[in-house]
Amino acid sequence: MSEDLIFAKDLCKTYNGFKAVDGISLRMSRGECFGILGPNGAGKTTTVRMIYGFSPVSSGTLKVFGMDIQKHARLIKAKSGVCQQENNLDPDLTVFQNLVTFASYFDIPRVTARQRTTELLRFMQLEHKKKAKILELSGGMQRRLVIARALINKPELLILDEPTTGLDPQSRHQVWARLAELRAQGLGILLTTHYMEEAAHLCDRLVIMDHGRILVEGAPLDLIHQNVGANVIEIESPSESLLKFVKESNLDHEKLSHRLLIYTRDGETLFRKISDDLCDRGCSLRMATLEDVFLKLTGRELRD
Amino acid sequence: MAVRETNWLPDISPRFLRILQRNSQVLRRTWKVNFLPPVLEPVLYLLAFGAGLGLLVREISYQGKPVSYVAYIAPALIAINIMYNAFFENTFASYVRMYYQKTYDAIMATPLNLDEIITGEIVWGAVKSLIATILMMAVISFFRLLVYPQAILIVPLAFLGGLAFGSVAMCFTALVPQIEVFNFPIFLFITPMFLFSGTFFPLDTLPKWAQVLAQVLPLTHLVALVRALAMGKLQVQLLLSLLYLAVFSAATFFLAIKLMRRRLII
Repeated sequence: MSEDLIFAKDLCKTYNGFKAVDGISLRMSRGECFGILGPNGAGKTTTVRMIYGFSPVSSGTLKVFGMDIQKHARLIKAKSGVCQQENNLDPDLTVFQNLVTFASYFDIPRVTARQRTTELLRFMQLEHKKKAKILELSGGMQRRLVIARALINKPELLILDEPTTGLDPQSRHQVWARLAELRAQGLGILLTTHYMEEAAHLCDRLVIMDHGRILVEGAPLDLIHQNVGANVIEIESPSESLLKFVKESNLDHEKLSHRLLIYTRDGETLFRKISDDLCDRGCSLRMATLEDVFLKLTGRELRD
Repeated sequence: MAVRETNWLPDISPRFLRILQRNSQVLRRTWKVNFLPPVLEPVLYLLAFGAGLGLLVREISYQGKPVSYVAYIAPALIAINIMYNAFFENTFASYVRMYYQKTYDAIMATPLNLDEIITGEIVWGAVKSLIATILMMAVISFFRLLVYPQAILIVPLAFLGGLAFGSVAMCFTALVPQIEVFNFPIFLFITPMFLFSGTFFPLDTLPKWAQVLAQVLPLTHLVALVRALAMGKLQVQLLLSLLYLAVFSAATFFLAIKLMRRRLII
């Protein structure tokens, strides 16, 4: 059996002639937290939907736990936990019933299911809500419950499609803390997100996708260093002389409507030079982030 | 894609029973509202038709012998109730679970597959028809309008009838773009059946073409079977009605699975 939790080669998904996923290849190992980043419509969700056996593969190879998803979907699903993008908790049931009922779909015996439900509700800090109806829960609680539900079968692979979209910062950090804990326990986590902070926080490795293709792949820090350097100098309303300097020095930069971004490996020296000679205000130096990489690679146009 | 397309046979394991468990868990909370109609409706109908219309139409001919009008329509009420329970369960209730609650999506990420979810939903509709039938029969028995022991056979028949109407309902659920569109199958399919399937008056009062048309409607056959069992007057030709219901159920069941796959597996 292969060491790869997920192995995809030239994976494609076509809907009525539209290529939502256009020949991607990726590998994810056991115990790894792997991120798929991309703007809306990049093909992230389509990719994970194929991985958890929801959407049939149009062409290419896709193996999960070393098994072909097309032939062994049931076995693969039995060993995976999935947290879909929408909170599709069962509103007809209570919090506790949601987990116990979900356990029954995995043929988990009732006694074990109840025990596991109690453990998971404690882990996700939802014990006090076990008798509540789903609609009585806040967005953050619902999300935590969806994650708890995805863990009911003790999965070897946890798939999270935008786990923190729409949550407030407190809830988001709480979800991150729980996920970090799970990762530390050796659970393989596949995550899609468009929050760069989330990916930088959780992922060992990630890919950035756009238009159904993978643009880059690597560890978050490596990607930052390779694509934008260590620092970014941001200048508001840059002067003509500064723009000229940037062009002549051949600096890696991006000119926005009222802002100039300079990507550099050697931030301190360059920043001192610019702030002393070429810019008297609105000039700042900061660490480069994954967001810089993301925007640089996928562009700044809106994706509606 | 290729794999699914060639798999035209439904892929069903006993796991579909989990869907029944899930739905029965919900029903345990809402059963009072759910099963009020089958208890109250026959009383209202029998009063209205018995005390009202029954004064005008005292007797009606059934298998060449006169029977009271209430005895004639009581089995039809049971058949209609079978139709309604499964049909509404697998249209509105299933649609809400599928479309608004995304319950199917969540379950599809577990070892259950779509074929099992749909099977579970249809069988559940049939179970609801069966439970409602037992309740309704209990009420109608008080009016002494059922001949036992033959009438007992209405219970398993209710399950078959439930499968027939649940499967056809599931086809509509797979097709409608939004929940309001269910009004079409209700006005064009359910309501005409309610009126013209030998429910409230014998089919032979209809023009010839309408009689032929009525034979296509599944409710016609269900009414004929329930009525014969309720009155204890079984005839060999009723086996054809039974066969029709079985074939109708099987055909619409396969179609429902196929249409649901087309709608949800993308």
